[in-house]
Amino acid sequence: MYLEVLDGEVIGVLPTVSHPVNQGALCIKGWNAHEFISSDKRLKKPLMKKNGGFSEVSWEEAIGYTAKELKRVRDQYGPDSIGVLTSAKCTNEENYLLMKFTRAVLGTNNIDHCARL
Amino acid sequence: MEELKEKVKQALETGTISGFLGLKNEGGHVSPYLVTRDNLDELELLTLEDKRYPLAKILGRIAAKHPEKTLGVMVRGCDEKAIIELLKANQLDEKRIVRFGVACTQQLAEKCRCPTPYPTQIDAGEKVKGVTTDELLSQIEQMAVDDRLRYWLNQFGKCIKCYGCRNICPVCYCTECALEDRLLVPGGKIPPDTPVFHLIKACHMIERCIDCGLCEQACPAGIPLRTIYRKMGQVMNKLFNYVPGRAVEEKSPLGALEERTKVA
Repeated sequence: MYLEVLDGEVIGVLPTVSHPVNQGALCIKGWNAHEFISSDKRLKKPLMKKNGGFSEVSWEEAIGYTAKELKRVRDQYGPDSIGVLTSAKCTNEENYLLMKFTRAVLGTNNIDHCARL
Repeated sequence: MEELKEKVKQALETGTISGFLGLKNEGGHVSPYLVTRDNLDELELLTLEDKRYPLAKILGRIAAKHPEKTLGVMVRGCDEKAIIELLKANQLDEKRIVRFGVACTQQLAEKCRCPTPYPTQIDAGEKVKGVTTDELLSQIEQMAVDDRLRYWLNQFGKCIKCYGCRNICPVCYCTECALEDRLLVPGGKIPPDTPVFHLIKACHMIERCIDCGLCEQACPAGIPLRTIYRKMGQVMNKLFNYVPGRAVEEKSPLGALEERTKVA
């Protein structure tokens, strides 16, 4: 699919008619893939739950805490106690990265996709 | 194509147009693109193939953001008809559009099953005869009514409600689309209520479908949408001598509240 860009802003999606596999067909998710890009609901800073509510934290704190906790859960309960869900709003490259992380780093096969929810 | 590129280059350089909307072939992939004075060299990529896009609709989106600019656009027979319909509906400003007409080759006309593979004014290409026969339509017209109903319900049952037909249609411009109205089309059903969903679209196509076939091209399920709209177009023509996309002055009989609209 193509992203329709006008004046540096993504305004829509167009199918890739010359694509050998999909031949210009898009599903409803494909047709609306551009909508979340400039959504104001997107997070701009990492949020962490503290005292029952979300507060903004630095990237270092967020990543550090996540890594520490994932490691703790994995060591205490085993790698298969962790499951990972990827997203259709990620690129193929990001999903591949997550798959590699889940299998090679966490050591589990428990990776799935939001489309199967 | 070379003569077209020259004409466009001149129009851009002299400032007659601020930008030109065309189709490019880059690395084997076809896509719409805008050429301005800042990227004139990209004019080299201009192409005319069987891979089509709703240029009239895309032009409308650009014009909406830049209403004061005059834009050039590459138009085939189908693109021109779409522009005429959008002009009728005040979605485009005639004064701000410069059309560069290209006539399609015989091969393209046959691939698209197109009845009018040429615009009114041709800046590049040779006019060829269109294709007027429609095999599928003839087949369906020979079916008994019950068989026809079964055929269409079967076809509509393949629909995955991607809205591709609506999204790609060059003459679909409503900001509030009836197909998204939950009272008309309940949500959460695949296929959507048949034949309601498709008949709603068909009804809205009656006075504006220009038979470009982009809907059928975009449908992932291969539903022969163009055939329905073609049949409706034939009925409209027979009853009212009205053909969408023929002339801007030709108003739709459905919108006219005049005494002179007579059923034949």
